[in-house]
Amino acid sequence: METLKKNYWKIACMLLLIYTIWAGFMGKVPRQAILNETVRNLYFHVTMWFTMIFLLGTSVYHSIQYLRKSDIKSDLISNAYVETGLVFATLGLVTGSLWAKFTWGDWWTNDPKLNSVAIGLLIYLAYGLVRSSMPDEQQKARISNVYNIFAFVIFMILIWILPRMTDSLHPGNGGNPGFSKYDLDSNMRLVFYPAIIAWTILGYWIANLRIRIKKLEHITSENE
Amino acid sequence: MLINEIRVLVKKEIQMEWRQKYAIHGLLLYLASTIFVCYLSFKAKQQAINPITWNTLFWLIILFMAVNAIGKSFTQESKQRNIFYYSIVSPEAVIYSKIFYNSLVMIGISFIGILFYSWVMGNPVGNLPLYLLSLILGAIGFSATLTMVAGIAAQGENSATLMSVLSFPIIIPLLLILLKLSKSAMDGISMQENWDEMATLASLDVIVIVLSGILFPYIWRH
Repeated sequence: METLKKNYWKIACMLLLIYTIWAGFMGKVPRQAILNETVRNLYFHVTMWFTMIFLLGTSVYHSIQYLRKSDIKSDLISNAYVETGLVFATLGLVTGSLWAKFTWGDWWTNDPKLNSVAIGLLIYLAYGLVRSSMPDEQQKARISNVYNIFAFVIFMILIWILPRMTDSLHPGNGGNPGFSKYDLDSNMRLVFYPAIIAWTILGYWIANLRIRIKKLEHITSENE
Repeated sequence: MLINEIRVLVKKEIQMEWRQKYAIHGLLLYLASTIFVCYLSFKAKQQAINPITWNTLFWLIILFMAVNAIGKSFTQESKQRNIFYYSIVSPEAVIYSKIFYNSLVMIGISFIGILFYSWVMGNPVGNLPLYLLSLILGAIGFSATLTMVAGIAAQGENSATLMSVLSFPIIIPLLLILLKLSKSAMDGISMQENWDEMATLASLDVIVIVLSGILFPYIWRH
């Protein structure tokens, strides 16, 4: 928790975010048919998935720590990371849906990546159900952390392997030009990489605030 | 040592099933009536059925059978007896034996299912060996995933609801690959051209089995 008391990385995060938003909207982007200006969504949509995977992965790390040491704090941390990860997943879905409306012409299309993420959200909502169905604290922590690890592996298979087996409408899949080919020119990279760092730090920050709240709640519930 | 324990436990599962046959009879009756309901609502009314619908419907029947058959894995025995197992065998042996036994049951169920299903609904499959292979891989995958989920659900208050809520989203990746592979089998595409799907499916099965073996000891320890 020591990192939360220091300020330099929060300032860095804010500066990077301001830069991302300013350069994201004002910066130069290559002109592409159909994509047009929506290519800027790269900074706000793709980065959400990076952050989500970072948060869910960190949560799995803490789940493993819990199973090894049975320290209830690891369970709280893991839970907070999952919750924050879900917020970013929802944001990714919303920004993706907006983008799809202007490029593919529909809010929801039958795309394997979209469907995979929707299933992934269902898997993680079931995680919430597991947590609420167990009355005993240690049992709840043990079972939900086991489920979290299991769910993460299945989710990774779902979003990394399955979309590659079928055609997707996403850039870079199924014969569509990928961003890395020519969209992502050096101008865009200058914004895209800082954007990934900025959003990831923001996710980490939010998660750590959640962890603090959860720890305080845990202390008050023990004192009662 | 582990192999020995697994063998004894699988033998025990088979004997228990054999002594109280009602469970397996109930499962078969459930299978037959579901297929017949599908026949009445699809084939009998419209005379013909779209091959894609045929395939999807069959997998959905197998999925529901699997959830029903495997869901009871951990709830049918009393708590005292589970404590007894806990004291004499390793948790890995418990989960592997249950996965093995459930795979046997599911392979049996899906083979009987495909026989009865083809009888009433017709059989448009072009490459039958490949279709049967996808059934075997599917049965193993379903058993591995659902046995683990059943272990998790058995810990909760309302294990039947928990079982269905947990199992359906988590089984979808497997189901999607299975639908793809069995669709190629229906179109009569040769095995050589489906190595990719089969390899993915087999490795998914292996991943889930290994993961269950690693994680199960933690939920067994109560």
